[in-house]
Amino acid sequence: MTRRLAIRAAFAAFALGMLAYVPARAAESIDPAADKAAFQKFFTSKFPKLKLEDFVNGPYSMNEDLHKQWEEKEQFPPYEFSLEAGKEMFATPFKNGKTYADCFPNQGIGIRQNYPYFDEKEGKVVTLELALNRCREANGEAPFSYVKDDMAALTAYMAFTSRGKPMDIKIPNDPRALEAYQKGKEYFYTRRGQLNFSCATCHIQSPGQRIRAEVLAPALGILNAMPIYRSEWSGMGTTSRRFTTCNSQIRGVPLNPQDDEYRNLEYYLSYVSNGLPISGPGARP
Amino acid sequence: MAFVLPLFILRWHHQIEAWETSLIATISKPALVLALLAGTAMAAQAQSAAEGQKLAFDRGKGNCLTCHVIKGGELPGTIGPELTGLKAKYSRDELIAIVTDETKRNPQTVMPPFGRNRILSEKEISAVVDFLQTL
Repeated sequence: MTRRLAIRAAFAAFALGMLAYVPARAAESIDPAADKAAFQKFFTSKFPKLKLEDFVNGPYSMNEDLHKQWEEKEQFPPYEFSLEAGKEMFATPFKNGKTYADCFPNQGIGIRQNYPYFDEKEGKVVTLELALNRCREANGEAPFSYVKDDMAALTAYMAFTSRGKPMDIKIPNDPRALEAYQKGKEYFYTRRGQLNFSCATCHIQSPGQRIRAEVLAPALGILNAMPIYRSEWSGMGTTSRRFTTCNSQIRGVPLNPQDDEYRNLEYYLSYVSNGLPISGPGARP
Repeated sequence: MAFVLPLFILRWHHQIEAWETSLIATISKPALVLALLAGTAMAAQAQSAAEGQKLAFDRGKGNCLTCHVIKGGELPGTIGPELTGLKAKYSRDELIAIVTDETKRNPQTVMPPFGRNRILSEKEISAVVDFLQTL
């Protein structure tokens, strides 16, 4: 009798152990598809009135008053000058006679949703901003500053030709790509700076909340609207500008634009917004 | 009568002296010092609370208004709870601990660890807590 009890107890303990073991292992393994589903579900549950595609309007999606402001802004969009400049730059040949179109698939039209991608030759993430400067350098032109002006104008035009296309970031079957994704995810959730904030502190834990008068944007779809005209900046800013200024604002030390950490972060953040439409260039308060 | 009056005055005077002596004996040292100290401490605390309010509203210092509604402050944020009735909710030590490093109590908190990351000095935190206790 006691022997039977002991066997049963041992079996139960084993079964319980297995149960505990399975989720623990799941948490350790890298599963971008599951991450993406959980990430999007988090936001749609938190804001049940919003459709998935609404999130690309950032703070303007968070309440009706702000949405009205956005609609009014779109009548005379503040990014218009930059967009026009970008269109012209894109069509103007380099000194060697080639153009940006020669550097990109489909002549660079309607491809924003595929960036960043994992370059298996280089073994690293390549963002659109990086690809644009590489294109310039390959054609004997000096690279642009990553944060505003010319770079913002070019990416504004490329985003504009891709409006409405769902973000479509691929993670190839390459352990280095998975690692880049995972590192980007870790960067996103790691607290840093004197204020001890992670990206998630504001953009996962507090979207829709106000810091002073400013409404925090949801992380979901946040890059789909890049580049943006920000009233606070009195000008355009790229994804690089957004990342570096976020780091400064939390009193951290910003990295250099297009450092590996930022490339990985952009890879992660874009992947979990897969399926949401490109809405850039955007306007923000 | 001329004799009685000075005697009466003398007695009266003695009586007053006796009262005074007993008063000085009972009240004097510890009590009087304490009373004086309490007065200065209260004044110092009021001054510290005023200093704390400045720190709490200063964007480069406590910047508490970024997340909390606080009486007397403009353009408050909405992330944290309104700071009101704190004296009834928390002891002074608890308030010091929350401002110093709230992640110890709540690892998920948005609140910056003002003491641990040297955003505010111990003295500044003490002043902010003096202010918080007036809310």
